[in-house]
Amino acid sequence: MSQSSPVDSATTRSVKSDAESGPGSDNVVARRPRFLRNPLPGFGIGLGITVSYLSLLLLLPILACLAKAAELTPSAFLAAVWSARARAAYFVTFQTSLISALISAALGLLLAWVLVRYQFFGRRFLDALIDLPFALPTAVCGLVFSALLVEDGWYGQFLVPLGIQGAYSKLGIIIVLTFVGVPFAVRTVQPVLESMEADTEEAASSLGASRWQTFRWVLFPALWPGILTGFALAFARGLGEYGSVVFISGNMPFKTEIAPVLIVARLEEFSYPEATAIAIVLVGASLASLATINWLERRSQRYAN
Amino acid sequence: MQIKHHHSAHVPTATPGEPFWIRCLLIFAAYVVVFGLILIPLAYVFFEALRPGLQTFWSNLVDDPDTRHAIWLTVTVAPIAVILNTIFGLAAAWTITKFRFPGRALLMSLLDVPFAISPVVAGLMFVLLFGMQGYLGPTLREYGIKLIFAWPGLVIATTFITMPFIARELIPLMQSLGSDEELAAVSLGANRWQLFWRITLPNIKWGLLYGIIQCNARAIGEFGAVYVVSGHIAGETDTMPLRVEKLFQEYNNPGSFAVATVLTLMALSTLVLKVLLEHWIAAQDAARFKEAEES
Repeated sequence: MSQSSPVDSATTRSVKSDAESGPGSDNVVARRPRFLRNPLPGFGIGLGITVSYLSLLLLLPILACLAKAAELTPSAFLAAVWSARARAAYFVTFQTSLISALISAALGLLLAWVLVRYQFFGRRFLDALIDLPFALPTAVCGLVFSALLVEDGWYGQFLVPLGIQGAYSKLGIIIVLTFVGVPFAVRTVQPVLESMEADTEEAASSLGASRWQTFRWVLFPALWPGILTGFALAFARGLGEYGSVVFISGNMPFKTEIAPVLIVARLEEFSYPEATAIAIVLVGASLASLATINWLERRSQRYAN
Repeated sequence: MQIKHHHSAHVPTATPGEPFWIRCLLIFAAYVVVFGLILIPLAYVFFEALRPGLQTFWSNLVDDPDTRHAIWLTVTVAPIAVILNTIFGLAAAWTITKFRFPGRALLMSLLDVPFAISPVVAGLMFVLLFGMQGYLGPTLREYGIKLIFAWPGLVIATTFITMPFIARELIPLMQSLGSDEELAAVSLGANRWQLFWRITLPNIKWGLLYGIIQCNARAIGEFGAVYVVSGHIAGETDTMPLRVEKLFQEYNNPGSFAVATVLTLMALSTLVLKVLLEHWIAAQDAARFKEAEES
């Protein structure tokens, strides 16, 4: 996430030199630290609000979390974090998030491609609908899919006779996580496709490349960072998702219990330190995937330059 | 990690194309995905809620005092969170885009952290801090302040989850606008309120509104964090999404779907507003571009 200079350096310099040459302001401006020589007001109040808000709402709670986990001895921490039930819950969380993020990335590429490349009836309508999972409460998503996938539901009546159990299974978790993740994948690939110029493709095809070769060797490498970002966003979102999963998974320990559900179960038993220990593992995993996105983004920007 | 939303201006142009049958196949696949994953579930909410008849649907919604209270609670908690985050978003975006100072990059990355924290974990953190056995809970209780298992806790948890939305919308926008207009205004003697109301706000108003709409949608729908801090006291601390879950657990499907329709209608109005805003933003961009070309 490289940022361009917020204030055009030429402007700053000219304003600064004006101020310095002005009467009565000889050294007042020059003596202040460089970043305060900006003539715009509101730095103090802006920084004050930002820092106190972040401290109160973000840093203090995180500190409380770490302090609570520190109440456990290392062996107790390990026991909480690495119990058989916890391991099963991480596995379910990781597996379902990974599979649904892969599906989201593939569907995202398909939808972005179709929406950007083809002119067809209903294109605007589909485009607008893709934002719905961003706006729809996840509880509604979980409720609807659990009703659709049960044996007499609209989807279940076709799937259950085929032996595909959607409700109260991992498949159900994967479906709702895909619903939640698809818009991330579409919206990260779409702008990249839109900004592509036709000339590289035309060059490739004029040199005799087939349509598939052009896609594989010309378009796909350029789309890859966008696809990866979408995948990682969907994955990180999936790791933490609770609202939709709780309706559909049945929450059976060792089978369909995800890590956030286990945290809530521990909380309801009032075992706060154990809940906190599992929470730290979960947050660590999603922070790692978000850090990977940022690293990839920086790398791809350097590549683009 | 910025997701770009404003793309409605784009219209497909002729590029070296695939064979006709592949195009048809891909468009058909896109229709199947969007209908199967999004449109049919959406329609099903209304179908299931209205199946017992309009009368029953209506009485499910208004005759249950706990449901009425849940609706009222959601429409009060969400706006408070949105207002707090609007103030924060403006302050953070102004500080980060108009000034360079040590720690600026750190502040930017801190803004992303709530995205990495599972809503359930967010709720847990506030329970650890403000709960009865929490670090600050007992002290607060001596002063008669109860945050967890009460509505202020819902506000805190919702505010945390929706914290980055407005700031993340404003920062790239204000960065691309630059500071030239503000610097000119200051050199002409504008004070800080004139600067904000006459220069900055008119420039960022659509982007700000866009951020507010997204923030509001997420605040209304927030489940995990609110689930942990609310304590599920029916008629007291159940918001609409929590009410949906509770009715579902009580095997009251018609009731659950009735509340879900209200949430879905809110999501749909968010979607319509977003589409309209994208048009306005595109129009504003075009006007600005024209202006820049003429001068």
